[in-house]
Amino acid sequence: MAESVPLSWYLVLSAILFGLGCAGFLFRRNIITVFMSIELMLNAVNLSFIAFSYYLDQTDGNVFAFFVMVVAAAEAAVGLAIILTVFKNRATLEVDEVASMKN
Amino acid sequence: MHTVLFLIFAAIATGCGALVVTRRQPVSSALALVGVMVSLAALYLMLGGPFIAAVQIIVYAGAIVVLFIFVIMLLNAGRERRTEGSLMAPLLGIPLLISLVGALSYVVWRAFPETQMVRLGGNVVGTPAQVGRSLFTTYLLPFEITSVLILIAIVGAVVLAYKELD
Repeated sequence: MAESVPLSWYLVLSAILFGLGCAGFLFRRNIITVFMSIELMLNAVNLSFIAFSYYLDQTDGNVFAFFVMVVAAAEAAVGLAIILTVFKNRATLEVDEVASMKN
Repeated sequence: MHTVLFLIFAAIATGCGALVVTRRQPVSSALALVGVMVSLAALYLMLGGPFIAAVQIIVYAGAIVVLFIFVIMLLNAGRERRTEGSLMAPLLGIPLLISLVGALSYVVWRAFPETQMVRLGGNVVGTPAQVGRSLFTTYLLPFEITSVLILIAIVGAVVLAYKELD
């Protein structure tokens, strides 16, 4: 018993991390922290991919997780460039103050 | 042994994840994010994915979080301000969050009962050789398209950040 862990534990951990990332995305006002929450959610999904890859005894889940990482890296590069531009134009990092498209 | 390792790394991941979300200082959030990444890499190793565990450390902890810290330092991002609208968050948001996680966990628990076990070193599916073979045969086209995506991202980041210079 001590040598093995139920698969669902990994998936529940993934759900918890996803929930935390979701909460950070919705609650935080600092644009950089919002971005970090997105990375947290992507990581949670990766954990599910790897767990299912193990469960099905297939490599495909690992490959998908690899693609998710690649996309996350590209997203981080572009997103941080956008943050730099926003900061240059607005001199703020608060998402509430970047609301010129609201209403 | 596996249970103990899983509980240790799951606790670190959850704790650091909570810190990422709750710290008001962005630098603390970034450092907690490193903790999440490293403990997830250990979990990937336990799930038979040594390649993805190494990539997780190199790409996430080594590149993406460093990029975050660069930007935090560059913009001199300090402590987040509190606003009046944030009273709703603990009152309504935390129960909703708990119910979301509970619903997800319930579905997962029902779909995969206790009999589906993960053993340490049971199915090693993610060695570099296996991932490489899969990547360059079955997933060759997505892999090549990924390189175009990266190129677009580089050009986009340069274009967006270029205004910064003048």
